[in-house]
Amino acid sequence: MPEKPTEKIEHYVAPLDETPLQATDNLAEDVQPLSLWAEAWRNLRKQPLFIISTLLIVLIVFVALFPGVFTQTPPNQNCLLANSDGDPAPGHPLGFTLQGCDVFSRIIYGTQASLTVGIFATLGTLIIGGTLGAIAGFYGGWLDAVIARLGDVFFALPLILGAIIIMQLPFFRENRNVWTVVITLTVFGWPQVARITRGAVLSVRNADFVTAARSLGVSRPAALVRHVIPNSLAPVIVVATVNLGIFIVAEATLSFLGIGLPPDVMSWGNDISSAQISLRSNPSTLLWPAAALSVTVLSFIMLGDALRDALDPKARKR
Amino acid sequence: MRFARTSKLIGLAAAAALALSACGGGGGTEGGEGNAAAVITANSTEPQNPLIPTNTNEVGGGRVVDLLFEGLISYDAEGKPVNEMAESIETEDSQNYTIKLKADQTFTNGEPVTANSFVDAWNYGAAAENAQLGQYFFESIAGYDEVSAEGSTKNEMSGLKVVDDLTFTAELAQPESDWPLRLGYTAFSPLPEVAFEDMEAFGNNPVGNGPYMLADEGAWQHDVQIALTPNPDYQGTRTPKNGGITFKFYSGFEAAYQDLLANNLDLLDTIPPSSLANFKTDLGEGRWLEKAYAGNQTITIPQYLDEWTGEAGELRRKAISMAINRDEITEVIFSGGRQPAKEFTAPVLDGYDESIPGSEVLEYNPEEAKKLWEQAEEIDPWGDRTFTIASNADGGHKEWIEAVVNGLKNDLGIDAQFEPYATFAEVRTKITAKDMTGAFRTGWQADYPSLYNFLGPLFGTGAGSNDGEYSSEAFDKKLNEGLNAETPEEGNAIFNEAQEILLQDLPAIPLWYQVRQVGWSENVENVDTAWNGVPIYHNITGK
Amino acid sequence: MTWYIIRRFLQMIPVFFGATFLVYFLVFSLPGDPIQALFGDRPVNEAVAAQLREQYNLDEPFLVQYFLYLKNLVTFNLGNDFSGRPVAEVLVQIFPVTIRLAILALVFEAVFGIIFGVIAGLRKGKMFDGTVLVASLIVIAIPIFVLGFVMQFVVGVKLGWAKPTVGGDAGWLDLILPAIVLGLVSFAYVLRLTRTSIIENMHADYVRTATAKGLSRQRVVVVHILRNSMIPVVTFLGADLGALMGGAIVTEGIFNVPGVGQRLYQSVLRGEGPTIVSIVSVLVMVYILANLLVDVLYAWLDPRIRYA
Repeated sequence: MPEKPTEKIEHYVAPLDETPLQATDNLAEDVQPLSLWAEAWRNLRKQPLFIISTLLIVLIVFVALFPGVFTQTPPNQNCLLANSDGDPAPGHPLGFTLQGCDVFSRIIYGTQASLTVGIFATLGTLIIGGTLGAIAGFYGGWLDAVIARLGDVFFALPLILGAIIIMQLPFFRENRNVWTVVITLTVFGWPQVARITRGAVLSVRNADFVTAARSLGVSRPAALVRHVIPNSLAPVIVVATVNLGIFIVAEATLSFLGIGLPPDVMSWGNDISSAQISLRSNPSTLLWPAAALSVTVLSFIMLGDALRDALDPKARKR
Repeated sequence: MRFARTSKLIGLAAAAALALSACGGGGGTEGGEGNAAAVITANSTEPQNPLIPTNTNEVGGGRVVDLLFEGLISYDAEGKPVNEMAESIETEDSQNYTIKLKADQTFTNGEPVTANSFVDAWNYGAAAENAQLGQYFFESIAGYDEVSAEGSTKNEMSGLKVVDDLTFTAELAQPESDWPLRLGYTAFSPLPEVAFEDMEAFGNNPVGNGPYMLADEGAWQHDVQIALTPNPDYQGTRTPKNGGITFKFYSGFEAAYQDLLANNLDLLDTIPPSSLANFKTDLGEGRWLEKAYAGNQTITIPQYLDEWTGEAGELRRKAISMAINRDEITEVIFSGGRQPAKEFTAPVLDGYDESIPGSEVLEYNPEEAKKLWEQAEEIDPWGDRTFTIASNADGGHKEWIEAVVNGLKNDLGIDAQFEPYATFAEVRTKITAKDMTGAFRTGWQADYPSLYNFLGPLFGTGAGSNDGEYSSEAFDKKLNEGLNAETPEEGNAIFNEAQEILLQDLPAIPLWYQVRQVGWSENVENVDTAWNGVPIYHNITGK
Repeated sequence: MTWYIIRRFLQMIPVFFGATFLVYFLVFSLPGDPIQALFGDRPVNEAVAAQLREQYNLDEPFLVQYFLYLKNLVTFNLGNDFSGRPVAEVLVQIFPVTIRLAILALVFEAVFGIIFGVIAGLRKGKMFDGTVLVASLIVIAIPIFVLGFVMQFVVGVKLGWAKPTVGGDAGWLDLILPAIVLGLVSFAYVLRLTRTSIIENMHADYVRTATAKGLSRQRVVVVHILRNSMIPVVTFLGADLGALMGGAIVTEGIFNVPGVGQRLYQSVLRGEGPTIVSIVSVLVMVYILANLLVDVLYAWLDPRIRYA
């Protein structure tokens, strides 16, 4: 019985020059093989999801950089209590806040702070958490132990306690701005990203292709960067895109507690938390900044999805 | 023995009634229980200190201590003093007082209330070694300085002398005509002998002489509730008309409000800001009241800052005051739940006068404000400074401060900003260290119903709560005159003359008077608040 | 494996000292004088303040304060809070409630997050996928106090299905509504993590093999795809347990649950060193245990993962 298949295979063996295998081999000789990243980029360019989300993000960034283009109403000025919780009026398409400020103008001008906090806190946690998590997962041993336990300590610190202290540091005390918030959120947010990265790296580091690469003589750091990390990015991207929204909201909480942005800096988070008091009488003051926040998070989630699809050769070949 | 049994029975009844009112939200209870037997549930916060009268300085503990103890006098709903433990309080010179007690008064453990119960309790409160937060209440009594000094081991004030079981005398360091009026404050409550054996244990299961007592040992469940039942031997004027009060502890008024809507809580003494606009319709007629009480809100501009001194400073303070639209802010931000201020005290007090000469500086007048500001500019340019109003961020003051700040920006054209501090400790430490760089939120709630209580402690030179370092010889002189006046009416007239000086100098800018919004469930009636805004708990009845 | 677990337990010791030291240092650096705040707006008598500072060792330098704390700890004396209550008593009261709340929230977010995530992943780009995307956006963008308030109002007040607030003696049933509110944000994370993992693993070789073997789709999904997709989800849930316990400030406030989050927040505002340190120490232990459990689960979920 066991010989039967062998016999059959013998029947199917074709002469070497007739197999397309040879052609493939020939092609590979004069062209540099595309790295996983380059291949991903080539794929990404063509995806509608990627194009839409990129356009949206470009638009949001543009609003953040040049708010004056989008609204004539100067923000945070001419806030008249007579307009408190007012309905939309000509020139004020979304109505007024409790303080009588123009909702639309505040959202436009709030983009900058919110986007800065969201993007840079996300990047900060990704860089610190991602690097430490990848190292911990890939190398294991005492490195893993030290990084993981350090993360535990940071994770356990109450955010407000840490935030109050960071605000007191000499540099920030005189100079409170978005970067104080970015640093606070990064310092307390990285352990979560580190743990997710570590878990993902752990499940990939013993995969066949990594073993194969290593046995081909690829060094450990090179294997980590070229093979392990690209294949463990998916969950990290997911967490990062959700975090982006969470950080923007967290800024509001910090500001509300007096440990975030100064009250005259406009942000969506600030508007959302200020609207808390009007929740019953004028919920629209809460819904509009929340909608702006949703659109931003949505575009980054779409971008993340597109990126993940592009990085996953298995899903692509289908 | 007798007490143990009674309290156990009442405890059972209390538990049963509580269970009934708890399911009231679902089906609704038909008045099976008699009016006077209903146990009322009311909102409160976990007391921050053991329940010792001299160590209680916040509302959560204060309202409980007030019901557990009865002092020499109590205040009626209007703030008029009524003799309780005192038979008489007499003086000829406003400095030496003779206090006679009613006979046959007891604590709930059977101990008689004697002159020693008062003298020992006051000495305990004043002595430095006991570190009582209410220590300053005894500062008028002769000998206070010695016992309250840092490291002092003396613990008896020379001014207090026991004459016999029911009589003691109090000598003050200087004459003070309104001193007897203060004696209704809880810090002046008597303590039974058992308290001094182990004050900390006593603070957890206090034994008092007030209209209510703890339902049983451990009636205070930390962070959950504290259950009080009527004191059967109580003979004072505040006789309970219900079967007990259970204070449920809430970390915020929002949660309590939801419980009130679901009839899960009988009495809520503060409507949360987010429901101020809606609570009247939410609850319906006959389930809420809105009433001013003896408290106010002010902004203090510290006198130690250069830009606020001299003539320019005075003009600026007036400009700022006149650029605040008190009517509009109270209407819009508080849904009418505050009353624009006309002077420095509160309208529920005897002697209140809303048309003191100079009070037009508290009227909104943007043109005049702008003019005054420009006059100040000519003397001393403001430059690119920012006018800041500081407050702790967690106190719920953000909305009105932002409204004030926006008004200043619009009407004066200056840069103004809210300056939030993360913790109360931080802002308080900076204020007492005279380290503030701008204006800050202040406010006062009366300890006892008197104009003086809003003026002396806050604006007298070197006074304990004079956070802005205000000092005016003329004002101090008027205060002294007022204190030494023959009659309270005469004194009030002089105090109002003193206020004229304040309206000129504006060491603080009065904003509005506090108003209490109270809501109650479908299960109770006869709810009212007293002069100090505290609900009159003993009068509430079940339906 | 046993040696690995023992080693992890031993790691708790340095982490405990590190965390307590760090927290104590942060509390020490808090701006403002907590004793002064005890007096409220009223005048501070220096004699009283000095007495209180001595009582709470606040007059000592930082290192002395820390060692006094450790010294007391050896005798299981965690100190008192500013109202004179033993901290140990506080811990015994708040942790059971919070653990119940966190477990319920974890179960909620795990069960619903995974189920919805699997369906969304299997039907990528379809109607259901889009709907849960919108749902997760809402959960992310609308702050918890609004969602909590609305649920409390509808379920607790209008429908009367549950008490609007929970109060001190919170049982499992009372905590269901707060737990759902608490778990909402994490639910979004779990859902999206599961969805992505499912999509990623759907085309893996072993799935093709399993399908080719003729296994039912259900079996392929549950045994093969799901099991292999669980690593990021389990990681997240493990890390989230601690966050749910220490960070439930808003939810606990809405439903009046006297739990760890509220207490920790209040203690930070009041500057109560011993209370903060004790709570954080317990939380650190919880993290370490949860992370250990996660690592053990890794090995079970994916046999390729081995620990030295």
